[in-house]
Amino acid sequence: MNPSRTLATARRVLLQLRHDPRTVALMLVVPCVLLALLNWVYDSTPGTFDSVGASLLGIFPLITMFLVTSIATLRERTSGTLERLLSMPLGKGDLLAGYALAFGAVAVVQACLATGLAVLALGLDVTGSAWLLLLVALADAFLGIALGLFVSAFAASEFQAVQFMPAVLLPQILLCGLLMPRDRMQPVLEAVSNVLPMSYAVDGMKEVLTHTGVTGTFVRDLAVVAACAVLALALGAATLRRRTA
Amino acid sequence: MNKVPEAVRAHALTVVRGGRTVLDNLDFAVPPGRITGLLGPSGCGKSTLMRAIVGTQAHVTGALDVLGLPAGHRTLRSRVGYVTQAPSVYEDLTVRQNLDYFAAVLGAPRADITRAIADVDLTSHADALAGNLSGGQLGRVSLAVALLGEPELLVLDEPTVGLDPVLRRDLWALFHRLAADRGTTLLISSHVMDEAERCHRLLLMREGRILADDTPAALRDRTGSETVEAAFLHLVDEANSGQNKTAAATAATPAGESR
Repeated sequence: MNPSRTLATARRVLLQLRHDPRTVALMLVVPCVLLALLNWVYDSTPGTFDSVGASLLGIFPLITMFLVTSIATLRERTSGTLERLLSMPLGKGDLLAGYALAFGAVAVVQACLATGLAVLALGLDVTGSAWLLLLVALADAFLGIALGLFVSAFAASEFQAVQFMPAVLLPQILLCGLLMPRDRMQPVLEAVSNVLPMSYAVDGMKEVLTHTGVTGTFVRDLAVVAACAVLALALGAATLRRRTA
Repeated sequence: MNKVPEAVRAHALTVVRGGRTVLDNLDFAVPPGRITGLLGPSGCGKSTLMRAIVGTQAHVTGALDVLGLPAGHRTLRSRVGYVTQAPSVYEDLTVRQNLDYFAAVLGAPRADITRAIADVDLTSHADALAGNLSGGQLGRVSLAVALLGEPELLVLDEPTVGLDPVLRRDLWALFHRLAADRGTTLLISSHVMDEAERCHRLLLMREGRILADDTPAALRDRTGSETVEAAFLHLVDEANSGQNKTAAATAATPAGESR
């Protein structure tokens, strides 16, 4: 790892995004619009918005970062720039950390906008600190980055990469407790949801929603999400090969 | 005697990919500070050989030393410049932003960026988005990246494909300047035989083997040909008739002996 190469990579990824303002706008505006829409849908039952809205604050950064990272990494692989970079003195860690920093920065902006909108304008009723919501959103974003990087190794085209989103993320969304509390699901499904990282992303958000301080459960949820992100990142790093057939 | 090692030295170099032998037991050397042309029809293994030299090719067996170190050694990563056939640059960055980034990765001085852009004659397009450039211009951005940090060995995979005659002449002049002034070793592949005459030395390849390793003049003399192209065809015919004889000989040998 070399800080100047990591920062140069992060800067490069952000510059690429700057040349693509539409993607940036979609990443930042769409979650806000969806939250507002949801608030309207639950107009008659404000309590439901609290629970579903908080869950979505955890799910949005995961989905967005998963998509941009899997496509961006796939592009690096297919355009030959990855091969070029790996034939240069760039560490795999520099590349991964550069991506994580750049997209992490976008995730911070996205999470600030979405959390700010939900708490200040849409009346999301949070017992805990909004900063903790932000912290979970960031951890979720890193999980999305790590998962996106990992699956991009198995996608041969952008078509396939996009299809990995429903394949990898939709089952997690169905089982994470957004539609049905996890402890009221069929035991097999509950067991499955217990090993899916998004369940902890959503649980962490709900924990902040209902508790004032930092609880043990909150710390555990955050740790599980972070550990899964590190694991996926390590697996993703293993798919970056300097020598290829 | 052999104090200055060859830039590249291969011994029994073999690459098998997907059950197919792409490079078959190659032995050759690339002299330092010279332009060596790697010529042969497309699909003969030129790109695989170049990837083996820069250390991105998997399943390489035999010995392959680059600048005195095993190919792909980590310290070679900043000493060897490599340009793939397809331009490998970021199309959503400008020319200068591309070079800025790769210079930072290589740890090359900032002055290299402006010079590399000038070397490939893109100064007027320095702030254009790479994706808006023509194919030939994009290829030159990719070449400019390889010039950063003054690498000792430049491995260029068909760098002049699709360029007009004036640009091709200018690039060849640049290659000769690099060899003469900076002592850079260049290994340049091409399937255009008239470019062979501009090289100091030639490696002629066909079907994963090296047909000839000589200077253009010596090749022409040896085969009694007017051009390198004619010499190449002569050597191919020679190899084909030799192969037929070998095939006949192998067929005559009892199967047990060759095992």
